[in-house]
Amino acid sequence: MKQFNKLYFQLALLAAVFILLAILINNLTINLSRAGLEFSFSWLYRPASFALAEHPLPYSPSDSYAWALFMGWLNSLKVIIVSLFLATCIGVFMGLARTSNNTILNFTSAIYITIIRQTPLLLQLMFWYFVAFLGLRDNTFTPLKGILSISNQGIELLGLNLSSEFSALLFGLSVFAGAYIAEVVRGGILSVSTGQWEAFRSLGLPESSGLYKIIIPQALPAIIPGLTSQYLNLAKNSTLAIAVGYSDIYAVNDTVINQTGRAVESFIILLVSFLILNLIITNGMEIINRMTLNTNKYQ
Amino acid sequence: MDHIAVRTKKLSKSYTQGLYALDDISIQVDHGKVLVVMGPSGSGKSTLIRTFNGLEPFDEGEVNVLGIQIDSTYDERKIRKIRKRVGMVFQQFNLFPHLSILENITLAPIQVQKRRPIEAEEHAMHLLSQMGIATHSSKYPSQLSGGEQQRVAIARALALKPELLLFDEPTSALDPERVNEVLDVMRRLAKQGMTMVVVTHEVAFAKEVADQVLFMDAGKVIETSTPDLFFSNAQHERSRRFLNQIEKK
Ligand SMILES: Nc1ncnc2c1ncn2[C@@H]1O[C@H](COP(=O)(O)OP(=O)(O)OP(=O)(O)O)[C@@H](O)[C@H]1O
Ligand SMILES: [Mg+2]
Repeated sequence: MKQFNKLYFQLALLAAVFILLAILINNLTINLSRAGLEFSFSWLYRPASFALAEHPLPYSPSDSYAWALFMGWLNSLKVIIVSLFLATCIGVFMGLARTSNNTILNFTSAIYITIIRQTPLLLQLMFWYFVAFLGLRDNTFTPLKGILSISNQGIELLGLNLSSEFSALLFGLSVFAGAYIAEVVRGGILSVSTGQWEAFRSLGLPESSGLYKIIIPQALPAIIPGLTSQYLNLAKNSTLAIAVGYSDIYAVNDTVINQTGRAVESFIILLVSFLILNLIITNGMEIINRMTLNTNKYQ
Repeated sequence: MDHIAVRTKKLSKSYTQGLYALDDISIQVDHGKVLVVMGPSGSGKSTLIRTFNGLEPFDEGEVNVLGIQIDSTYDERKIRKIRKRVGMVFQQFNLFPHLSILENITLAPIQVQKRRPIEAEEHAMHLLSQMGIATHSSKYPSQLSGGEQQRVAIARALALKPELLLFDEPTSALDPERVNEVLDVMRRLAKQGMTMVVVTHEVAFAKEVADQVLFMDAGKVIETSTPDLFFSNAQHERSRRFLNQIEKK
């Protein structure tokens, strides 16, 4: 019942946004046509005539603006999804380290969290791109021969090529979001009473299985809302891609506006792209949330 | 040595410099015996019994539990060995709220002792019916009364077939009318020859079940004696004052 209400609410919200847009567009059209400009999306089918360094699907400058924008959207989606995954791994590890009795782990994660949260993301992205990757110059760094090599061209992992722009953005976003996720995880773990730790320990369970079977399941309801907002932040922060020259939706949009002068239409496209992206994330998290609540029948 | 279940030698611990939670404690509990620990709040009772299964590290002295010796260097391996053979029951029950009653009890036998799930479940059901709560096996802890939850906690501790059971004020969080259903279970365990260390202020229980009563104050053992002697003719003024106070309640 509650889920249905939520769905209706979201649909109503979408409808309201569209109606509002329609009214705005209507006003705009009238004003623009007075100024001799036509509000329309027909230019989307004209050839884009600019190149994209990265495109998950085949693309050439003779393809349409629409296709170019879609490539940008896919590039955004790609970096967001991989960053969400990596940020979660970093965040969970660092959050657990922050609550552990191991002094070295605890200290390391405290330093990581502090440094990352006290410096601007833009600066960190610049660091990853210009210092970590381009800073390699002609050197190729090969930690695992034949498996992983890192150069100013990016990362080569098992035949998979990641550009230096993508890699810098991926690391920048993940390391940044990871610090915030670590704090969310730590808060969740601390919300579980110490009696639960003592209970599993006195049963002879090792720390790892106690964490996995006892502590984390009880921490999840406290972690997931915070995690969702960190995921949304990450998605929004991905628009800083333009700083390292990665062709995400925002960067492609920027080029499109410069070429066509279609600022209003382009911003509407950008808005809708992000609305869709974030609705995917929110709903995905809602599903996970419901799953964990189902396994936590004790409320 | 073989008849000793727990022995401490010059055991000391302080949380804050100069203030001792445990102060030079040397005690002994033999197999098959019941030791009741009494003392005012903050005297170190919990701290003492929690050193027996390594929940509480200590600064000086040594603790020998079931022949396994630990000292101030916190040896994880030895402590886990002890924990596999010692059960503990807490004041706040500490059942796992996200697991059913049956899962609460079978978790450690399956995970720690690698017993087959079917066998662990049969054993758990057997223990639950001994506790008179077999019908609750598929419920969750929050659906049970305090007394029922504490009996589940005892069943959970017994599921590992422990050689020693530690109780830290097992009835203090219960409604008065629920206290006896838990004490009855403990009485039965004592009759069956289970070695137990029990922190409690239940005088009737101590008189009936204890082989020894240990009285603590400010981290020190004030006196150790039989319940007969302790409750009729305590040696120390501090003990008599404490007994007067709990009788008034
Ligand atoms: N984590 C801690 N940090 C600092 N001091 C502590 C801590 N735990 C216990 N203490 C102190 O150690 C002393 C002994 O505490 P303990 O819990 O063993 O007493 P107790 O006899 O079990 O009391 P109660 O009857 O209230 O349970 C007390 O003075 C207490 O304040
Ligand atoms: Mg206590």
